[in-house]
Amino acid sequence: MKKHYSINRILVYVFLASMFIVSVFPFYWMVAGMTNTAVEVIKGKMTFGNQTLSNITTLFTTYNMVRILLNSLKITVFTVLGTLIVSSMAAYGFQTYASPAREKAYSIIILFMMVPFIALMIPLFRLIVKMHLLNTHIGLVLTSISSVFIIFFFRQSFKAFPYEIIQAARVDGAGEFRIFFSIFIPSMKSTYAAAAIYSFMSSWNAYLWPLIILQTDKQKTVTLMISSMSSAYFPEYGVIMTAIVIATLPIIIVFFGFQKYFVQGMLGSSLKQ
Amino acid sequence: MMGENTSGSFIKSKNRHGWLFVSLALILLGVFLFYPIVYSLYLSTTSSRGIVQKFVGFSNYARLFQDSMFILALKNTLIFFLIQVPIMLFLALILATILNDKTIKFRGFFRTAFFLPAVTSLIAYTILFKMMFSLDGFINGVLLNVHIIKSPIPWLLDPFWAKVTLIIALTWRWTGYNMIFYLSALQNISEEIYEAAKIDGADKVKQFFYITIPLLKPLILFTAIMSTIGTLQLFDEPMNLSQGGVTSATIGPGNSLLTLSVYVYNLCFKYMPNFGYAATVSYAIVLIVALLSIIQFKVMGDKK
Repeated sequence: MKKHYSINRILVYVFLASMFIVSVFPFYWMVAGMTNTAVEVIKGKMTFGNQTLSNITTLFTTYNMVRILLNSLKITVFTVLGTLIVSSMAAYGFQTYASPAREKAYSIIILFMMVPFIALMIPLFRLIVKMHLLNTHIGLVLTSISSVFIIFFFRQSFKAFPYEIIQAARVDGAGEFRIFFSIFIPSMKSTYAAAAIYSFMSSWNAYLWPLIILQTDKQKTVTLMISSMSSAYFPEYGVIMTAIVIATLPIIIVFFGFQKYFVQGMLGSSLKQ
Repeated sequence: MMGENTSGSFIKSKNRHGWLFVSLALILLGVFLFYPIVYSLYLSTTSSRGIVQKFVGFSNYARLFQDSMFILALKNTLIFFLIQVPIMLFLALILATILNDKTIKFRGFFRTAFFLPAVTSLIAYTILFKMMFSLDGFINGVLLNVHIIKSPIPWLLDPFWAKVTLIIALTWRWTGYNMIFYLSALQNISEEIYEAAKIDGADKVKQFFYITIPLLKPLILFTAIMSTIGTLQLFDEPMNLSQGGVTSATIGPGNSLLTLSVYVYNLCFKYMPNFGYAATVSYAIVLIVALLSIIQFKVMGDKK
């Protein structure tokens, strides 16, 4: 009986170990690829080479990586900030100042959470053209900061806030906006962190909408550049790997630095109900 | 909710502040979400070539049934949905069950490792997989070396294998993500239930099918619906797995990776733009998502 049990145990560990290799190997291969030439990458070379410097140089000179990175950074920072302010204010408004009319408005926007982006893409594109925002970062940011999901996420988390504190602040004569900005926000830091990470991920990694709206190389983001590099006639795989590593690094750092908030942000508030 | 004995002017100011707080979001959502969705519905009843646009009623919807490209895209998308989603969710359930066992060592370590693929951008992992699965690439190299295959598998050059590659890639990216959902729910199930089952003679496999799966049913339903929406919107992966990316003539060999969302994109930006018909296809996607979600609710959600 004891022996049978331990064989099962070993099988479970073998399974876990093989799943571990499958999950993590592509990350290793990505880093190894950064140090190799295009031919070596495509032939599946697994060891480290000495092409790192040359790959990085090519990336930053031929592909203008600095500008591309700054584009991505700028878009992401403004999108995250905008999303956090607009969405959390809305969630606070819906939650703290309950009224039948606003409740109705809330249920209507929640209904739209299920609609796939593709269904609004075409009119949105034409709207952006009409507003002369095509090929601008403002157009991209402006259309990305209204997230129903994040409003929903904030509201779910705000439900746990003790409203006596708001009442007490009112009695002390604090204005409504001051209560929100200097009492409420500081005490909801972890919720903001989770929402910021979710928003950061979706903005940094976005592909379809930026592909449509940003049309010149000058305006492109890291994600768009990686995609167009790999569809070149003779792709420079070592350089692509370098770009992928650089694009993935910020997310991995955020992940290991804020793992708790990260997972919470990715899963949203679905588990809290 | 609060302040029963407050004056009328305070209630009025509260109401004004309520609207002030929600107004920015409502304006943005109205312009960039509500208006496009409604306008898209109208567009789907028009036909346009360039700038000329005329009302055609439901004839776009009738055209769907005769459009062989639409039917191919629908077929491909449904194949990915029917094969990939169950494999992924089942694997995620098994991993979550194993990692929920407190006698397993290095649980936190494995959990982090399995979740790691979920932090990669869709483009980054797709291109990694495209390189790994090239004809003389890493995967074929390994398989040849350990003599599992005699000649290289044409992963991305054959319609069948291209689908297999996409399914493998999707499963790699999303299994750990779904596992985390199950894992956090499993932690709320009391161990006494499993203890009692053990005393009654149920082994781990029986416990999995008769306790874990029924108890996680609502969450399995939730992840299934999320995955349905995700699969119906598949765009980044098929586009970037095909040879020339956005500019390629076919999406995968013989259009084997052509999905509904890619087809909408092609109708708008690759062929001569017909926004009206493209909007029709995008509304077809909305309808299919709704239909599949209702079916899943009916099949799984009987007990709430």
